Amino acid sequence: MQWETVIGLEIHAQLATRSKIFSGASTAFGAAPNTQACNIDLGLPGVLPVLNREVVRMAVRFATAIDAELGRRSVFARKNYFYPDLPKGYQISQYELPIVGRGHVEILLEEGAAKRIGVTRAHLEEDAGKSLHEDFHGSTGIDLNRAGTPLLEIVSEPDMRSAREAVAYARKIHQIVQYLGICDGNMQEGSFRCDANVSVRPMGEDRLGTRAELKNINSFRFLERAINFEVERQIDLIESGGKVVQETRLYDAARDETRSMRTKEEANDYRYFPDPDLLPVELDDAFIEAVRSDMPELPDAKRQRFSEAYGLSAYDASVVTASLSLADYFETVAEAAGDAKLAANWVMGELAAALNKENLEIGSSPVDAPRLGAMLRRIADNTISGKIAKQVFEAMWNGEGGADEIIEARGLKQITDSGAIERVVDEVIAANPQQVESYRGAEAAKQGKMLGFFVGQVMKASQGKANPKQVNELLRQKLS
Amino acid sequence: MSLERADVEKIAHLARIAVDEEELDAVAGGLSNILDLVEQMKAVDTRGVEPMAHPLHMVQRLREDRVTESDQRERFQAVAPQTEAGLYLVPKVIE
Repeated sequence: MQWETVIGLEIHAQLATRSKIFSGASTAFGAAPNTQACNIDLGLPGVLPVLNREVVRMAVRFATAIDAELGRRSVFARKNYFYPDLPKGYQISQYELPIVGRGHVEILLEEGAAKRIGVTRAHLEEDAGKSLHEDFHGSTGIDLNRAGTPLLEIVSEPDMRSAREAVAYARKIHQIVQYLGICDGNMQEGSFRCDANVSVRPMGEDRLGTRAELKNINSFRFLERAINFEVERQIDLIESGGKVVQETRLYDAARDETRSMRTKEEANDYRYFPDPDLLPVELDDAFIEAVRSDMPELPDAKRQRFSEAYGLSAYDASVVTASLSLADYFETVAEAAGDAKLAANWVMGELAAALNKENLEIGSSPVDAPRLGAMLRRIADNTISGKIAKQVFEAMWNGEGGADEIIEARGLKQITDSGAIERVVDEVIAANPQQVESYRGAEAAKQGKMLGFFVGQVMKASQGKANPKQVNELLRQKLS
Repeated sequence: MSLERADVEKIAHLARIAVDEEELDAVAGGLSNILDLVEQMKAVDTRGVEPMAHPLHMVQRLREDRVTESDQRERFQAVAPQTEAGLYLVPKVIE
């Protein structure tokens, strides 16, 4: 039988505020345990949560970016469950009236076609603390620094039909929240977490199959693998006469499989009700207008602008706009170099390869954008050749200074003085009488290839510094 | 609408409230009375009435995104039953 995969994602994006959603405790990552958990985060008696304005602003930003309906009046609710990293015994979340309603994003499929993926809703909630299961004499250690960190939970429609589409959608949301500056997107630190609802159904069937919810996925690569494993598992199960049960399954990256997590389904009875400690949030026109008039350029618009203003191909434009930091880097390089295509080639080629090799993010590149741009300008103005530039780049990467310094110190300046090049060309011709003879005797069609030998000799003699274009021209003249 | 003993047991478990065996019937009766009252109120025509999320006719005030709390871990942990290396210790939660 032919099966169709149906996937919906729930993404938790940690909002990049300074303080928590309902308290004035810091949200900075990596502090000593429980030093950023105040009485509100601990749920001590008598405390009251007060909502952070920035969190509301960020949610409205997101709503604007995905063209979503706004919950002009939204309500916080208590989601009740017991777990030691949730000190109050409930999580403050939103249930019936979320702040962000129905919206959508577009993903690009491999064939180049676009597909619209619906976002059902996005709501604000507080994060829980962390449980450390290392051995504390048979006890579990609890760190509540993360408790109360603001989250935007973004729930998609079940619009994705393959693991690849799910990854493309997750990347798109990741890109948008980073462009908006509302989430740092760090998946390893858990600032951006994806849960996937996966089900299968016979091709052509309208009703949805029973879904499993996959958790514990901390990279896009694992998202794709976890979904592919789960789809296989469900198909095998059904085809061998079994039934998929609705449950939460944890992805185990080491074994590349998903495993059932809970058996007690009562755990899902959350008994939501409006939180009496918090009043409804109403967004007035002035607040919304202020957010909308302050929107940054979004990924799709930037991609469009890069391909038009800089003449980049659709592919190049989408690569350099993949993240905001890469797009900013590229743009600075392009401006400094005065040649956008050259900039794109270097950013996607030499630079990307060097970063990859050392497993670095663009933000921690040893060669910053103005420096790379300044070096490319030296290619554009013929000070150095593209080949010599690779040497200069390597030296910059190793901290030997800026391009001009390195070119000067190493004497890498390209020779463009035609008199000087002519002398080298004459020497090469004089030293290779046989090759000259056979070149002159060859058909025009073959000469082109044979010229390469002489160019190579001249470049060698000039230590790669002779301007290749001039060398070619001079050789052609002199050999004819 | 009337609740059975089993319903009360489930609700009590979800809320982590211990209800004595001999109290179960009385609690079931009491809760059922509340539900009956709700049932009775359902008969009122509420079309055109906006649902309330809060008894106060006010909206949420927002605070500025500023860190105003300092570390008071020692004071908080002074009342915790067990701590170690800055962590609160609780009975092991996974098998």
